[in-house]
Amino acid sequence: MTETLLEIKNLRCEREERVLFDQLCFSVDAGQVLQIEGPNGSGKTTLLRIISGLSSAYEGDIYWRGQPIRKVRTDFYHDLHYLGHLPGVKAALTPRENLRWSCALEAEDSDAQIEEALDKVDLYGFEDLPCFTLSAGQQRRVAIARLYLTATPFWILDEPFTAIDLRGVAELEAMLAERAERGGTVILTTHHQLDMPGRLKKVNLGGEAQ
Amino acid sequence: MSENKHSHSAFDSFVNLFKRDMLLAFRHRSDIANPLIFFMIVVSLFPLGVSPSREVLAQLAPGVIWVVALLACLLSSDGLFRNDFDDGSLELLLLSPQPLYILVIAKVLAHWCITGLPVTLFAPLLGVMMYLPTEGLMPLVGSLFLGTISLSFVGGIGAGLTVGLRRSGVLLSLIVLPLYTPVLIFGSSAVQSVIHGFGASGQLAVLGAFLLMAVTLAPLAIGAALRISVEG
Repeated sequence: MTETLLEIKNLRCEREERVLFDQLCFSVDAGQVLQIEGPNGSGKTTLLRIISGLSSAYEGDIYWRGQPIRKVRTDFYHDLHYLGHLPGVKAALTPRENLRWSCALEAEDSDAQIEEALDKVDLYGFEDLPCFTLSAGQQRRVAIARLYLTATPFWILDEPFTAIDLRGVAELEAMLAERAERGGTVILTTHHQLDMPGRLKKVNLGGEAQ
Repeated sequence: MSENKHSHSAFDSFVNLFKRDMLLAFRHRSDIANPLIFFMIVVSLFPLGVSPSREVLAQLAPGVIWVVALLACLLSSDGLFRNDFDDGSLELLLLSPQPLYILVIAKVLAHWCITGLPVTLFAPLLGVMMYLPTEGLMPLVGSLFLGTISLSFVGGIGAGLTVGLRRSGVLLSLIVLPLYTPVLIFGSSAVQSVIHGFGASGQLAVLGAFLLMAVTLAPLAIGAALRISVEG
């Protein structure tokens, strides 16, 4: 039943004449949560950008559902939801408008669905205020709300817990666990200790970086 | 619209992105006002700086209006992708399942609506101020309409290439100006040839050809440029 979604073989990345990782091999199955660990500067974000296709400064092979990822880029993007280091939230727009444009890239969501997602990330009552009036954590929550709206099976999340309060972290963790239960796959970087027995897989970049 | 998530088309995301950029422009009204005010101020300085005489101004008018319109487009093209790059929306666009080609066209057209279009619409007013003979007004609007869209698309290539750099002003001009000049030459010559009693259909046809080429080819170049810039 478990299908290997993503497979990485002998990945090597060099940056500013420093080897970030070398001979990196791992795979992710459907329904797994992969946590990438490592100290600051060990290349976690770089690895996520390489997998998502934003960066091509690497050697090695990446396979998506058994095919070289460069050949199935469009299929991959149909399945991918990416939450980057920068949240992609427009400061001049309201949370509602922000969700409307970004979700329109994947699928058409009704206003009711958008409202429900904003309610789930505790932004009820803020949906019509411009985002520059919101706090950093609330802006981050707007980006998190996209996770409630997207139907894609594969998520790449770069530090999703940044600037989120304790209760928000617990809710997001529960949501990720529930998502994995239903067969969704997540790759994320965080320094937070995740508690998802059986589903969680870890890759440590710290060792290779030294 | 539809509950079925798979029926979502590229056209919907085109419309949505276009609407978003227009909305952003109306939230930051200075984005609309800046190129237009630049255009009006610079053109209105010519009668003061050169000569207020009717003959001199009428002779200069087509060239001056076209050059200043070009500079207004050049100055504004720097901001085309800057904001999206800074807040991470550009990454979302690059990673979306929709074709980048379509998304780029939406962004450039929205940008033209807030820069090239107002300049085109206000040009007749400045033409009258510069004593441009009345028969030259329509060709002026026509050539600016065709020309500024091309300028926006070409400017997009430069903006895409330089968006990753902190200070891109001079580099952007150097990349884009050689591609701008043919548009300028045919644009101002369209107006001049009508004033001198010849038709402008030839020049307008060439401008139309430039436009088609820009609309079909520039989005490919812009998309590739953006991918390079985001990688940096």
